[in-house]
Amino acid sequence: MSNPPTELLPTATNKSGVRAAGRPQAGGRTGVARILLSRDTVMIYALVAFVTYAALFIPRFAGPVSTGFLLLDVIPALLIALPMTLVIITGEIDLSVASIAGLTSALMGVLWAAGLDIGVVLTLSLLAGVLAGAFNGLLVAVLGLPSLAVTIGTLALFRGLALVVIGDNAVANFPPELTSFFTSKLGGTGIPTVMIGVVIVAVFFGVLLHFTPFGRGLFALGYSKEAATFVGIKVMRAKFWLYVASGSVSALAGIYWTLRYSSARSDNASGLELTVIAAVLLGGVSIFGGKGSIPGAIAGVLLIGTINFTLRLNRISDVVLIIVTGSLLIASVVAPSIIEGISKWRHTRRHRRQLPQASALGETRATASGVQERK
Amino acid sequence: MTLGTPTAETTAVPRRRRTNGLAAVLRLREIPVTLALIVLVTATYLANPLFLSQQGVKDLLLNATIVIILAVGQSMVIITRNVDLSIGSILGIVAFSTGTLFVTVPGIPIVLVFLAGMVLGALLGTINGLLVTIAKVPSLVITLGTLYVYRGLNNAWAGGTQYFAGDRPRTFGALSVDTIVGFPLITLIAIVVVIIVAVFMASTRPGRDLYAIGSDPEAAKLFGIPVTRRVLLAFLSNGILAGLAGVLYSSRFNSVGATTGTGLEFDIIAAAVVGGVAIFGGSGTVVGAAIGALLLTTITSALTAVRVDKFWQQAIVGILILSAIVIDRVARIRTAKKLRLSEARDV
Amino acid sequence: MEFIRPTKTRRTRRLFAFAAVAASVALVASGCASGNNAGTGAGGEGDLSITFIPKQLNNPYTDVVLGGGKDGATAAGFTGVEVVGPLEASASSQVSFINAETQAGTNVIVIAANDPDAVGPALEEARAAGAKIVAFDSDTNPKYRDVFISQVVAKDVALIQVKLISEQIGGSGEIAILSATANATNQNEWIKFIEDELASNPDYANITLVSKVYGDDDDTKSFQEAQGLMQAYPNLKGIISPTTVGIAATARYLSTSNYKGKVALTGLGLPNEMRPFVKDGTVTAFALWDPAQLGYVAAFAGKALADGTITGAEGDTFTAGDLGERTVGTDGLVIVGPPTTFTADNIDDYDF
Repeated sequence: MSNPPTELLPTATNKSGVRAAGRPQAGGRTGVARILLSRDTVMIYALVAFVTYAALFIPRFAGPVSTGFLLLDVIPALLIALPMTLVIITGEIDLSVASIAGLTSALMGVLWAAGLDIGVVLTLSLLAGVLAGAFNGLLVAVLGLPSLAVTIGTLALFRGLALVVIGDNAVANFPPELTSFFTSKLGGTGIPTVMIGVVIVAVFFGVLLHFTPFGRGLFALGYSKEAATFVGIKVMRAKFWLYVASGSVSALAGIYWTLRYSSARSDNASGLELTVIAAVLLGGVSIFGGKGSIPGAIAGVLLIGTINFTLRLNRISDVVLIIVTGSLLIASVVAPSIIEGISKWRHTRRHRRQLPQASALGETRATASGVQERK
Repeated sequence: MTLGTPTAETTAVPRRRRTNGLAAVLRLREIPVTLALIVLVTATYLANPLFLSQQGVKDLLLNATIVIILAVGQSMVIITRNVDLSIGSILGIVAFSTGTLFVTVPGIPIVLVFLAGMVLGALLGTINGLLVTIAKVPSLVITLGTLYVYRGLNNAWAGGTQYFAGDRPRTFGALSVDTIVGFPLITLIAIVVVIIVAVFMASTRPGRDLYAIGSDPEAAKLFGIPVTRRVLLAFLSNGILAGLAGVLYSSRFNSVGATTGTGLEFDIIAAAVVGGVAIFGGSGTVVGAAIGALLLTTITSALTAVRVDKFWQQAIVGILILSAIVIDRVARIRTAKKLRLSEARDV
Repeated sequence: MEFIRPTKTRRTRRLFAFAAVAASVALVASGCASGNNAGTGAGGEGDLSITFIPKQLNNPYTDVVLGGGKDGATAAGFTGVEVVGPLEASASSQVSFINAETQAGTNVIVIAANDPDAVGPALEEARAAGAKIVAFDSDTNPKYRDVFISQVVAKDVALIQVKLISEQIGGSGEIAILSATANATNQNEWIKFIEDELASNPDYANITLVSKVYGDDDDTKSFQEAQGLMQAYPNLKGIISPTTVGIAATARYLSTSNYKGKVALTGLGLPNEMRPFVKDGTVTAFALWDPAQLGYVAAFAGKALADGTITGAEGDTFTAGDLGERTVGTDGLVIVGPPTTFTADNIDDYDF
């Protein structure tokens, strides 16, 4: 934070020069400004702004009914976004989350149709998610295989297993007390009862990431794996357990999905992984790793969910939502990059002007930063 | 830590030459996937000889054509350590635009339609490339965004409209049926594409630069390779090929509409990975990707031909992808060890 | 001192980014919302609103049904007519649309269910809010809806397809069915009747049903399933495809392969889609009905329910506009009319 010399040499001598485009520059802001103006808090402002706007100007939006429907729709993405944030912060990714949810759903259907007790069904399904996550963790953390490719493979594998398990059938006769519990609301607030569980999970991951040494270690891990190992962080173990967490929470999402719709099918939650990743990236988590926060990710999920909800409420075609989601995602990563590029260019220009001597030293410095600018 | 292609071995010591020839061929990364394909085809043929009947072979080749073309384009992007998730959406837009062209401009020459499709694909691919290079943003994020945006545009444009085989000239539809000496015409187009791109990647400066960029972007930049221009070229080519695939799609299949091409991206990436293109970039060949694409499309047909529950198909694809990754990693470790040993010997 | 200037530019930058994002988001939302605010007010004295929720949008068959539905709704006297739906036909995708209708206080919801049970709880909430539920095309579980409009008697659909295929394959041989999704209620009903008919009717004693495959109403998938059928069952003589997407895809495959003319194909298809295949001889005859009538009657049924003219009980009657009177049968079933067979002779008379 207090390193004046590096101000004169922007990122030219920075070791991770090329990658610095996605990272905060050296010499960041301090104190309150840092918290209030970072990328994720911007997302929270955007969310608050949009919700306020919607509550004021969009008919039928404000009210407990909306809250209920909206949250019920958003819960699966919200749940999965939590471990996904941690996974992406460590520089990995998990594309198989939706397939694990689908597999869990299929398993639930088959076990329930076979006549097992509902408690046993739920436990076994959750266990399946844990095992699936462990499988991912084994391949990525222990064997060191690239997570993008591995999780594309397990995306296909788990969804395929869901198909094998339940085929084209659907199971719909889950105990009504359970299914109505999942859609029940707390008193007059309209908030679904299951939100309590979701909040617990969110608090767990939030505390884990932001307030424990383990969580801080994850940031270091994402920033530089070698440095993290030197500092004593057990990289392999951390990543393995993160994937296990991802699998378990995906299983929870699958259970929720099945019981909320009272329908176990192999194609449940299909395509959810892209929505979650888009929302998480929108919420300020950097795909490079090393940067992000749970509140930001939650804001991202809620923002997309609320926009989706209001569009549906006004019977606007899903087409608009799709374009908006994509544009938001692109804008949210391109805008800071461009702005940073502009400020860097202005900084270099200003810096060059400040050294009118254009001595050999100045020229080398200028060229060094010029190398950075030249495409 | 990524390493170059096995051709790095030719930086040599004389004793290495003894191990060239057959051993080098066997070490090619395309071998596992080719073997898998041969085993699959043979096993299925033994179980159901109809699998390789004239119609059967024709079907296999036709099914694979579009996937091959897409996989070739995607490999170029993956080799530079990027990824393009929006190809499904690009294919959808181009396919629908082809249908629209035939309906709104009756009598339009087919060549013009091909050109229009490839230009549209090039445009969309270039947008991806520009966003990735100029904004220096990771391609996963950008192309995820453009996946949504292009799909949304496709939906907005098409709405509920669909164009069917009858809306297109007979000759256009016949492209997907006609054969030359028994080989389907569009498969020949795909093979020509594979050859052109393979030669480009292996023998031209820009092509080899793509490998360098994927192996180590910072080193490539310091070496003087115009990284931005090359990456842009990769995305542009990917877009052109996706456009070509879109036109061929509308020739082969019955309807094109708002949902055409949804979900293709993962299948294509899987085909490339199975074919030996490392997801970290810097290695693999388009020929391998083409064989991977052929393998994956053949599995579907093979499973139905032996009346195996089609539900197993996706799971099998998943297992294949994982095996390909493991094989790739093993091969990489072996090459690294060999290089290390050879370096040590030289000292 | 050096800290202050960079911090200030960074702060301005962040503020700018925040403002840009918030502004764009608000802009998009406001543009959309204000565009649709006028005219979607439900309720009000005597104003009745109706919303159609098909299995999915982007389906040409659905579009024809909805066209008829909209005409019927206007003719029946609804002031608010909407069509919403998912872009892909999956089980749970319709639920959030139903919820939006519940919130809007729509009087009548007309739905073609992707899954008979997944939409249940949402429909019950809609009913609790006062909406009447009409199912059409693809039924929900009967306890979730008031009436079900079926274009034809389900059994008739099956019978006519079996009759056509039997004629085309000469009364004996292997046949297969290429269906849509495995859960679609209407598909499964027709398939069951087909199987029953094949088993019980002595005329069809020599016809065996060897396989049922599912193309998920996806063009590419249906195409590949058709390929698979021919390879797995080389002696196949006929295919029945009771779904417009499936029959068109199969026709395309057959007409470009060696099997053209050797394998018979029939089922339910749209005349506009099937015309080239009938003309080139791949398909001799297929069946359907006028889908627009389905939507038309559904709209009138909805009006009758909303007015209180009928409650969905057996024996209720209502007038379906120009199409005359309709009676509610057991389990709330309403039939629109008999199916039509299309051949090369009459296919040019129709435009849908």
